[in-house]
Amino acid sequence: MKGMTIIVKTISSWVKMLIVLFGIYIVLFGHLTPGGGFAGGVILASSYVLLMLAFGREFVEKDLPLAIDSKLDCLGALLFALIAILGFALGGTFFFNFLYQKYRLGESLRLISAGTIPLSNIAIGLKVGASLFMVIFLLSTFRRGTSANK
Amino acid sequence: MAIFYVLLLFMIVAAIIAIETNNLLSSVICIGAIGFGASLMFLFLRAPDIAITQIVVEVLGLIILIRATISRDLTFITGSKEFFGTVISVVIIFVIFLAGVQVFETLPNFGTPIFAEVPDTASQTYIKKGLDDTGAANIVASVILDYRAYDTLGEATVLFTSIIGAAVMLRKKTRKLPEDLNL
Repeated sequence: MKGMTIIVKTISSWVKMLIVLFGIYIVLFGHLTPGGGFAGGVILASSYVLLMLAFGREFVEKDLPLAIDSKLDCLGALLFALIAILGFALGGTFFFNFLYQKYRLGESLRLISAGTIPLSNIAIGLKVGASLFMVIFLLSTFRRGTSANK
Repeated sequence: MAIFYVLLLFMIVAAIIAIETNNLLSSVICIGAIGFGASLMFLFLRAPDIAITQIVVEVLGLIILIRATISRDLTFITGSKEFFGTVISVVIIFVIFLAGVQVFETLPNFGTPIFAEVPDTASQTYIKKGLDDTGAANIVASVILDYRAYDTLGEATVLFTSIIGAAVMLRKKTRKLPEDLNL
């Protein structure tokens, strides 16, 4: 479980930043171009999965421990709920788009537009990325029979 | 339309190979090919959002499947099939097929949006008023995060709950049972 050959390791260490950048782009521009929180979050998770396949599990566990990962997951969920509750507090209905309907923040077709939609995208991207990575990590550490004996 | 038949043929062949092959790795890769064909279909139907999600999840799901299934000790099922059970399952599949044909007759043609036939649908409202109501250029984002944000909240809750379940089932250290402590 010490990872793959040096070719795979070198290429994946180059490519990982591009994948992370693409995932962040997909999340941030989800309200303008195709994409959004879910797809971008899965891309972010897949960059760490690539690292896990190339360098082995221990490397990734040092880079992104499970404790931080679960905290990111909870942070995304809390942010999403917070946006919904803020809409209730400021606009009167749950998930009210208060930034757009009330304050008219930004103009259409620009990066800063659409009120709470980009913020929700960021929250969902964080949540989906962290939780999908966690599932894959847990599945890879799971070995049948060993967990019950120890 | 011809491209859809080519893709459909490709997916059906891949599905048959995935079922019939003896090698587990090629079976998993064939499942990935099916998902790739589905994402190409979404792309040709002008649904790039779904296509991106489909291809990414498919790749990740493929890795999960390979990671979780390969290098496990495999059990093969041997023995002859029961004749009565086979007949029953074929009859049930045939009945479901007939019902499915009936349902497909009522649907609009493949690739035609439903609002082309039924005016005043909800999707028509989203397309007309989406930019003014929410300010988002991507109508899909405005639907899933503004008009139908409750759905997304429920989806996020489902994901959260399933992750908790997976983390509890797959943890390394097991909690000791009371009878183990007494020994």
